Formats: sequence, structure tokens, C-alpha cells
Amino acid sequence: MSVIALRTPLGEEVLSLRAGDRVTLSGLVYTARDEAHLMMEECGIPFDPNGAAIYHCGPIILYGKVVAAGPTTSARMNKLSGFLLDNGVRALIGKGGMGETVREQLRGKGIYLAFTGGCAALAASCMKYRGIYYEELGMAEAVWELEFDKVPLVVGIDSKGNDIFYDVSCKAKLQFSSLFK
Amino acid sequence: MQPIVRTGMNTNRIDQALYRNIVKATCNAIRQAQIFLPADVKFAISNAMERETSPVAKSELRNILDNLSRAEELKLPICQDTGVPVIYLTIPPDVPYCTGLLDAIREGVRMATKVVPLRPNAVDPVSRENTGDNTGTGMPSIHVSPGSQLTITVLPKGAGAENMSRIAMLLPSEKASIPKFVAETMLIAGGRPCPPVILGVGIGGTFDQVASLAKEALLLPVNTMDPFEQDLCDTVNKLGIGPMGLGGDTTAIAVKVKRASCHTASLPVAVNVQCWASRRATVVVPL
Repeated sequence: MSVIALRTPLGEEVLSLRAGDRVTLSGLVYTARDEAHLMMEECGIPFDPNGAAIYHCGPIILYGKVVAAGPTTSARMNKLSGFLLDNGVRALIGKGGMGETVREQLRGKGIYLAFTGGCAALAASCMKYRGIYYEELGMAEAVWELEFDKVPLVVGIDSKGNDIFYDVSCKAKLQFSSLFK
Repeated sequence: MQPIVRTGMNTNRIDQALYRNIVKATCNAIRQAQIFLPADVKFAISNAMERETSPVAKSELRNILDNLSRAEELKLPICQDTGVPVIYLTIPPDVPYCTGLLDAIREGVRMATKVVPLRPNAVDPVSRENTGDNTGTGMPSIHVSPGSQLTITVLPKGAGAENMSRIAMLLPSEKASIPKFVAETMLIAGGRPCPPVILGVGIGGTFDQVASLAKEALLLPVNTMDPFEQDLCDTVNKLGIGPMGLGGDTTAIAVKVKRASCHTASLPVAVNVQCWASRRATVVVPL
């Protein structure tokens, strides 16, 4: 299975990707956790959201250098992501997948990309610091502008409503019931 | 050898050189655990990658192995959740067990927080106020046992996997349900504890003891499993949760079990979930 190279700003090419596709992502990406989502919804998105990718991550960045930048649990942003997608954001990146609401919001618009949990050193070696917005939120919660260099990701949810995390969890439940009748 | 204690003075204090050595050894053990994954764990992950049949799972495992190499190369923590340190101490007969010893370990944790560096994770359980140095009331937890050398073993425990751990007071007649309880723990956890996981299982003892056994099981090397452990591991892997919950053959790389005798009327079981970053390191303190 080949790996598809993506670059931000993203366009309609994301609509043809399918859950399970492996991709690499390059270009500018913006981090956002809970607080940043609330702030952006209230005070505005500080970057051009058209074709943008949002990374669920609270990095450690010291002296302009990315020290650790693994993904955080995306499900915390389940109720906070709609306005970003409405404003043209094409990709959400994180770990663990997202809920049904986001799965529906992504339909015809964008995709969810999974980055391997815990891979802080790998992240640090393929991401560069480019800028910061809403710095007053603190290091973990601010919106960091990072330049990705071929970050390896998997399409977890596609724009047609296919969701690997959901499918895997349904299968695991079935399997558990058949193992322990 | 003379006992290393100042007689006639405060017996809670230890020799200054010993204090400094313990501080340094604690800090070194934490640093080593944060940057270098133990060889047996690394080997198990790389074996799992070779065997894995799902391309997505294979690429997740490759990312993990790649991450391990980058951490070693760049001397950076493997994961940004540097956890809270769980400490296991062995004390030889000539070293007195006193608060000075424990103070030195706490100082070692504070030092490691600055030099590794570690994310300050320790907070008050109710006010949630962060102490900023990974120590606090009863933190780190320190488990002591007798030994022939003074050794400090560190197991940094991240929250994602720790939060998925479970304990059950089964009935003695339910011993056949142990595998169900273990598998159910993983079913509930799904992709949240960053699989592939290692499950530390405690069986027997008392309510408090069984949780300790489950955690101690995580100190055991993962390159061997007895038939019971292998069966548990195979059962968990049949769930197909896979690395990061994306599906695949590798949900658990190992299940390790520790047992203790228990009351005839009870059967405590605990499962301590450990993410793939199964960090542990031991340093011998020079005397």
C-alpha cells in the first residue's frame, strides 16, 4: 500500500482519501487543544482557515525549538470542532479518533488523521516552530504554527463517514461476546 | 562495614555522601527510563511489527520504533507524558531505612524534573494545584524491600494507561472469570491507553496488595510468558483493537502475572494497564 503525500493548504484531494489510507503531511499546521478552540470560537481564528489542518497537541517548545509534540486525545474536542470545519478547515489531527458528531461534520468537507500516540521524539524531529497565536493561553494551550515535514499519519475518519476507530470498537465488542458467552 | 548512619544524632539523617549518591542515582534512573526503552520491550515491539498483518498497524508500530531511535539519538523523552515516578528500593543490611533515604529520593525526582526535563505532573488531588516538581504528599510512591545492594528502580507511569486500570474482588467460585475480567479491561480501554499495551495482572493477596502486585508485574521482563500469561495475551489480542485502536493483531505485547496467597473467601484481581512506552530502569547506588 503506497503512502500519499499531502501538503497544506489542503483542497478537494482530501475528499478522495479513504479511512485506512496512509499519508504524510507537510506544510503549515496549527495546534489547538480545548482552550484554544474556545478562544478561537469567541475571538476569531488567527490564521487563514481555508484548507488548514488543526493538530490536537500541547507541545513542549523551548527557545523556538520543538522538544516534544505528540498528539493529545482528540475526543475532548468532539463538541468544539464544528466551527473550524464550517470555516474551511480540511483536516483534524490527533489520537484516539472522534465522536459521531465530528464524523458527520466531516462529511463532504474533510478528514481526521491519526498520529501515533506517545511519539513525542518522532514528532519533534519532523516539526519546526514557525509562530504562535494566543500565547496568553500558556505553552500547552496556545495555538502554535508548526511546519510539518512528511509527518506519517493514517486517515482515521474519511469524508464519506467511514471511521476505523468506530469499526474496530464494534468488532472488538462482538469478538468479546463470542469469546465469553 | 560500618552502618552508614550518624550515631547519637538524628537517626533520620544519613551520611551526606550517601545522600548525594542517592539523589544522583534517582535522577540517573529517571533519565535512563525516559530516554531508553528497555531492550526486552523494544525487542517485543519489533517482533510484533514483523508479525503484524494489518498494514495500518504495521505502520503504527514502525512509527513507535522510529520514535524510540529518535529519542535515543536526540536524548529526548520517549513520550511527552513523562508520567509520575513509581520507585522500588532495595536496601542492604548495612544501610538504615530512615526518612533521610526517602528525602534523598524525593530530591532526585526534583532534580530529574529540571535536567531530563520532565513535565511537572504532580498535583493536589482536589485543588489540582501543581507542585511543579513531580513530588507532593505521598508522591513519589516508594516501595521498599530488602536486598544485597542499594538499588533504585524507577517506573514512570503515564496517565493515559494508568486511568484504564481496574480492580475486582471476585468470588472464589469465579476463578474461571479471570480471563474475562482481563479482556474486558482492554475492551473498555480500547485505543485510549496507547496500545500495544503490557498488562500487569495481580491475583490474590488483599485489596491493597493486589494492585501492588499488578504494578510489580510490569517490572518483569516481557520476553517470556508462562502458559497462563500467554493464554491471557492471546485472548486480549483476539479483540483486534490493535496499535492505537486502529485495528490489528497486536493489542498487547505481553501479559505478566504476579500472585499472592489470599483469604479462602476472596479472590482479588487487578489489571494495571501500561502503554507501549513501558519505561523502567534500575541504578545501583555506590556505598
